[in-house]
Amino acid sequence: MSTPVLSVRDLVVEIPTRKGLLKPVDGVSFDIAAGEILGVVGESGAGKSMTGNAVIGLLDRPARIAAGEVRLLGDPIQNLKGEALRRQRGKRMGMIFQDPLTSLNPLLTVGEQLTETIREHLDVSKSEALNRAIAALEEVGIPAARQRIDSYPHEFSGGMRQRVVIALALCAEPELVIADEPTTALDVSVQAQIIALLKRLCRERGVAVMLVTHDMGVIAEAADRIAVMYAGRMAELGPVRDVITKPHHPYTAGLMASTPVASRGQKRLRQIPGAMPRLDALPDGCAFHPRCEKATDKCRAEPGPTLAADEGRAACWYPLTQTKEATA
Amino acid sequence: MLAYIIRRVAQSILVLLVTGFVAFSMFSFVGDPIDNMLGQERTVADIARLREQLGLDQPFFVQYWRFLEQAAQGNFGLSYRQGRPVSDILIERLPATLELAFVSGLLALCGGIGLGIFTAIRKRGVSANVIMTLSLVGVSLPTFLIGILLIYLFSVELGWLPSFGRGEVTRLGGWTTGFLTESGLKALILPAITLGLYQMTLIMRLVRTEMLEVLRMDYIRFARARGIRERAINFHHALKNTLVPVITITGLQLGSIIAFAIITETVFQWPGVGLLFINAVQFVDIPVMAAYLMMISVMFVGINLIVDLLYFAIDPRLRVDRSAAGGH
Ligand SMILES: Nc1ncnc2c1ncn2[C@@H]1O[C@H](COP(=O)(O)OP(=O)(O)OP(=O)(O)O)[C@@H](O)[C@H]1O
Ligand SMILES: [Mg+2]
Repeated sequence: MSTPVLSVRDLVVEIPTRKGLLKPVDGVSFDIAAGEILGVVGESGAGKSMTGNAVIGLLDRPARIAAGEVRLLGDPIQNLKGEALRRQRGKRMGMIFQDPLTSLNPLLTVGEQLTETIREHLDVSKSEALNRAIAALEEVGIPAARQRIDSYPHEFSGGMRQRVVIALALCAEPELVIADEPTTALDVSVQAQIIALLKRLCRERGVAVMLVTHDMGVIAEAADRIAVMYAGRMAELGPVRDVITKPHHPYTAGLMASTPVASRGQKRLRQIPGAMPRLDALPDGCAFHPRCEKATDKCRAEPGPTLAADEGRAACWYPLTQTKEATA
Repeated sequence: MLAYIIRRVAQSILVLLVTGFVAFSMFSFVGDPIDNMLGQERTVADIARLREQLGLDQPFFVQYWRFLEQAAQGNFGLSYRQGRPVSDILIERLPATLELAFVSGLLALCGGIGLGIFTAIRKRGVSANVIMTLSLVGVSLPTFLIGILLIYLFSVELGWLPSFGRGEVTRLGGWTTGFLTESGLKALILPAITLGLYQMTLIMRLVRTEMLEVLRMDYIRFARARGIRERAINFHHALKNTLVPVITITGLQLGSIIAFAIITETVFQWPGVGLLFINAVQFVDIPVMAAYLMMISVMFVGINLIVDLLYFAIDPRLRVDRSAAGGH
């Protein structure tokens, strides 16, 4: 297999607080290949955004990468700082945020924001940058791009703005895109269009996409593989179809049973009892054991096995290998 | 947009009418000018003649109307004290105040915005913290004290700069300027610092607060994620957004520089309209006081209007929203 675009190994993010050292990301490993979409799911606070921010070097103080490795096409980037890091961002990895209303600078035209980004990374003239900006808008499906290039963000609708955001993230042709809940803030009617757009761009350009979302429907529709996170750790990692139809981790099984898309066959949705523990009150052993029906003494005493990027499916001592019906 | 401007102009006129009323009311409620103007050996005939000459024998509203009529033409009658037209006296004195206000305003604006940006970008730096602490002193020391301290240091102890007056001035048509001679420029330094320091610290603190706020916005994060240079982020993306709210306050601050000039002009015996006003108060020279009040309010209203129009120039969202709102 060729080198994956993104390769994360044993990533640990730490936040020193008065109550002690918190680890919102604790030993996470995964790969994303060119042209592949990795869907990342998990409850709120599971560490999805932290992982994405750590990869692109946008962790807010006092959070910091404490251990592990992030490689972009083989080059380690977890220690890059300042100018060296800036040159990677936009050019080799882009990010798409949740809210298109606040992601665009309200006082600059979309053309200004696009050409600025293009000229920052590519050695092109002003007029060439403008042509590329227009092409970028056309590519994300903005009608009459040439006329709209001088419009301000507020002159676009929410869905159109998110298209502009995608154009901005992709205009310097990065190899990796991290999309952190790109459709959560959007109208249901345009969500599918944005996901379809992302998927198309990913396939056409061979971009690796890390797609963070709460929406299992989006994952089922777009992702090739799925990563399930729980309390800062990777719970399950595998091909979408397999994980949805035959989850191996009890948490994933619970998650699937509680979402309408994944549990189509079922009469009623089932909620997992309890809530994810807070980072400053993690239980001993496997973080999921208080909510797990199958927990044993081993689960209560020993942390779950750490999931590697390229082998194994679930970080569980007793993975479910039967069918979903039998386990749920 | 036109409708909006017309509405703002109408509001401005209303404000001016009200201040005009206040200014005029002083004539009736503050002492009897005749007492001041004529010495101890006055006759009843003298008094009656002067009353008639000054129009003081007319009923209140007739006097008010005449006052407005005349004021609109820039005619504020004769100074009780000097017996000359008030407008002539004001025009004579205005250049001194305007030049002083201009230099202090420039100082306050450039210094305030510059230091505000600096302290926001280097919010953890030593020098930024020193500046912030010093600015607290700047805000809490009264203007006259700063003036006296500066005089003590630079005029009395070091003997570098003059402690009073305007120095040599050059006459250019109806305007007198201190900008063209060395002594004129030297004389400007201390009063300009005294007058501008308070405004500068205010503007600086305001810019800092706004800038820190803006730097936390999503679009700044997104700009970082696209690999835009720190410099462009600070001075292009963030500063532009910072300026929108800063403009209003700053505009009003600049207006108040002319008003605050009274104290500075008194401390430095600066021959401007502020000093004229203080002397007028001592002699109950109502026409001069009224004219001064009117002049200040015209300036305030004018600056306000300009500030509002600047909003349109900077913020594209207003151009759409307000004109749409005003169009109905
Ligand atoms: N400054 C901080 N101090 C302490 N804890 C923090 C801090 N910042 C984030 N956290 C914690 O880090 C954890 C991971 O947060 P993260 O934003 O990655 O979650 P997420 O999976 O993206 O959730 P969501 O679905 O809500 O976006 C959360 O539990 C959060 O409470
Ligand atoms: Mg998140």
